[in-house]
Amino acid sequence: MSRTICLRQAKVNQKIKILTVSAEGELGRRIRDMGLIPGTEVHVIGKAPLKDPVALRLKDFTLTLRNSEADHIMVEPLED
Amino acid sequence: MDKVTIAIAGNPNCGKTTMFNALTGARQHVANWPGVTVEKKVGRMHAQGREIELVDLPGTYSLTAYTQEELVSRNYLVEERPEVVVDILNADALERNLYLAVQFREMGIPLVLGLNMMDEVHRHGKDIDTERLATLTGCPTVETVARNGEGKNRLLDAALKLAEEKQGEWHPLHISYGPDLDPVLTEMEEIIETSGFMTDRIPARWTGIKYLEHDEDVVLKGRVMDADVSNRLEKMADKVSDHTIKTLKAAPDAIIADYRYGYIAGIIKGVVSYPVLDSRRISMSDKIDKVLTHKFLGPLIMLGIVYMIYKITFTVGEIPMGWLESLFGWLGETVYAAMPDGLLRSLMVSGVIDGVGGVLGFVPLIMFMFLMISALEDSGYIARMAYMLDRVFRTFGLHGTSVLPFIVSGGIAGGCAVPGVMASRTLRSPREKLATLFVAPYMTCGAKVPVFLMLAAAFFPNQGAAVMVAITLGAWVMALIVARILRWTVIRGESTPFVMELPPYRMPTLAGVLIHTWERTWEYAKKAGTVILGISILLWALMTFPQLPEAEVAKFEAERAPIAAQIEALGENPPESAIAPLEDKLSEITNREAEDALRNTFAGRIGTALEPVSELAGFNWRTNIALTGGFAAKEIIVSTLGTAYSLGDVDPEDAQPLSRRIAADPGFSKAGAIALIIFVMLYAPCFVTVVTMARESSWKWAMFSVFGSTGLAFGLAVAAFQITKNIL
Repeated sequence: MSRTICLRQAKVNQKIKILTVSAEGELGRRIRDMGLIPGTEVHVIGKAPLKDPVALRLKDFTLTLRNSEADHIMVEPLED
Repeated sequence: MDKVTIAIAGNPNCGKTTMFNALTGARQHVANWPGVTVEKKVGRMHAQGREIELVDLPGTYSLTAYTQEELVSRNYLVEERPEVVVDILNADALERNLYLAVQFREMGIPLVLGLNMMDEVHRHGKDIDTERLATLTGCPTVETVARNGEGKNRLLDAALKLAEEKQGEWHPLHISYGPDLDPVLTEMEEIIETSGFMTDRIPARWTGIKYLEHDEDVVLKGRVMDADVSNRLEKMADKVSDHTIKTLKAAPDAIIADYRYGYIAGIIKGVVSYPVLDSRRISMSDKIDKVLTHKFLGPLIMLGIVYMIYKITFTVGEIPMGWLESLFGWLGETVYAAMPDGLLRSLMVSGVIDGVGGVLGFVPLIMFMFLMISALEDSGYIARMAYMLDRVFRTFGLHGTSVLPFIVSGGIAGGCAVPGVMASRTLRSPREKLATLFVAPYMTCGAKVPVFLMLAAAFFPNQGAAVMVAITLGAWVMALIVARILRWTVIRGESTPFVMELPPYRMPTLAGVLIHTWERTWEYAKKAGTVILGISILLWALMTFPQLPEAEVAKFEAERAPIAAQIEALGENPPESAIAPLEDKLSEITNREAEDALRNTFAGRIGTALEPVSELAGFNWRTNIALTGGFAAKEIIVSTLGTAYSLGDVDPEDAQPLSRRIAADPGFSKAGAIALIIFVMLYAPCFVTVVTMARESSWKWAMFSVFGSTGLAFGLAVAAFQITKNIL
């Protein structure tokens, strides 16, 4: 069972896999430079007190990004 | 003796600066890269009989041209061509850190990899096959632990050896970018090679890649070099870009990034082995974050930490500040006693010693503030603060990290805008930083507090505390609103992307924190000796010249003479009751003379000339001079009002008599007081802050802040005066 959702919709503690990054220009570059590229497995570890930004755990480090930036990233939830 | 230049590069939070400090110790100096505010650190040392210059490049994740840091690093490498680059990698996050290394290799620079934080790698049960990594990347690789200096000598040896071997030769790495890009890239390489397009400095393939990535900096430079070739390359890049967007739904820069990561993944596969259960293991940092960034607890703990920084800075910092004040007070008195009466003495005491002393008095505050902020920064907490607050501040066009400059500047009444403005360095995004710089001085700094207290005591005798709270909150509201307006107008533009690493929590090293603190403090102290001294002398002159004409002075002399004679007549041991009223009379005359003298100076004339305009806000000439003096330092407002109301010297800490005097002045009303409070809250920051602001941004921006803020302050003060005048 695989369904595509937007990273914004991912829930805390959910494990997901990045499918596409549609951002371009500076934002797209920044996202990719930080290692968020298709195929990466990510664990949503938390959201800030006002639900935004969101904190992601990649294999070796932790990243945060805003929901408005998460909108450019499509992911698929992973079964545990 | 041979000289070797070694550049140290790496991601932010990889321990690069710690390694740089470990290598150079105290033999380093800090400046700014030409034209930008990015810090430039250079250290000199000797090893193996050679003179070595170490250049600490700014921390970057990549070598594109989107941030100043990246551009600085890249241009330095291209233009200065250091013999070798040492790339410090956080070995605990090797994959992401290698992304930068690959880009260095693509440029062709001789590269040494410093696998740093090996202690953490071992603690996490990971294993890295360093030799294999060295073979696969073709770079000498050294394991290090920068925090205790482990491996630093081996790292240096490896760098020197590589520099010797390569002798400045560059051997770029070729990565395949897949069937869509490779053919175009080969074609581009040919064109670049045959036309010798920038090939004296950069490898042809790298230029080609940059054209494919639509790298503005390289394309612009290319157009200047050879418009024809550049044009052809741009057309080719556009064509392939159209194609890949159609077929792969991705622009070439995305494809290039993917292939680079693919290349890295290939290397990593055989090099890093994870412990079997690692995927389940929650790291220490994640556990701490569960508490420190918790929905309710997180903000509370943050408030506590902010309060602590503030408390420690101002309670502990006050002690050495007191020493410095006494030192300068003593110096002033000594010089006063040693020099004959006259202009030169006045210049030395009031202009030079008081001016520079007032500025150096801040040094302990700045030191303590940076001591704690450096420690927080190195520990990784500042990133969490930004993460938690970003949503709130973004509403006003600011950035999560903006909170720190606000608090330090006096967000809790009593701070100081100078360290506050300097604290804006933690803001990496230029637009948000400008907005923060502009509004941080609105906070109620320690020098404004006596002004507000004095006015509150005069006009709102029973509501002092409430007025102070209202002022502090009002400052926050104004700062946020003005920031929002700025971001809608002069610094319009998308908010900077907030894609930020939350580095793992680490214990800051004492050496690192001390070096940081020292650098920043020293920089500030140096300013005090130059620019600030000049402005201080200028202000002194404005408030001293022209002096009262002889005739006027003689008139006051004549008034004093009979009273002095009367005191004389009382004999050796006159009764207290007889002499006290006479002495009061004497000082009353002297004070009137001081008032007249001040009124006659340039500052006084400016104050008087401004009266017709400032009357709109209810300010008389006395207030005008005080406010003009307040540009030097806000403390001066109270002392100048004292002189102008001919009270003699007024201690800013104890402004009681001035309060009564002002309350009794028929030209001063509640409405005028409210207008004055608003004006003092918002008008031009003191000149030390302005200089600091210029240092953090540009003189243009600092000047805009002076005039913009003053204009806004005046407008609001007029509005407040005109409205409240009719109500109260």
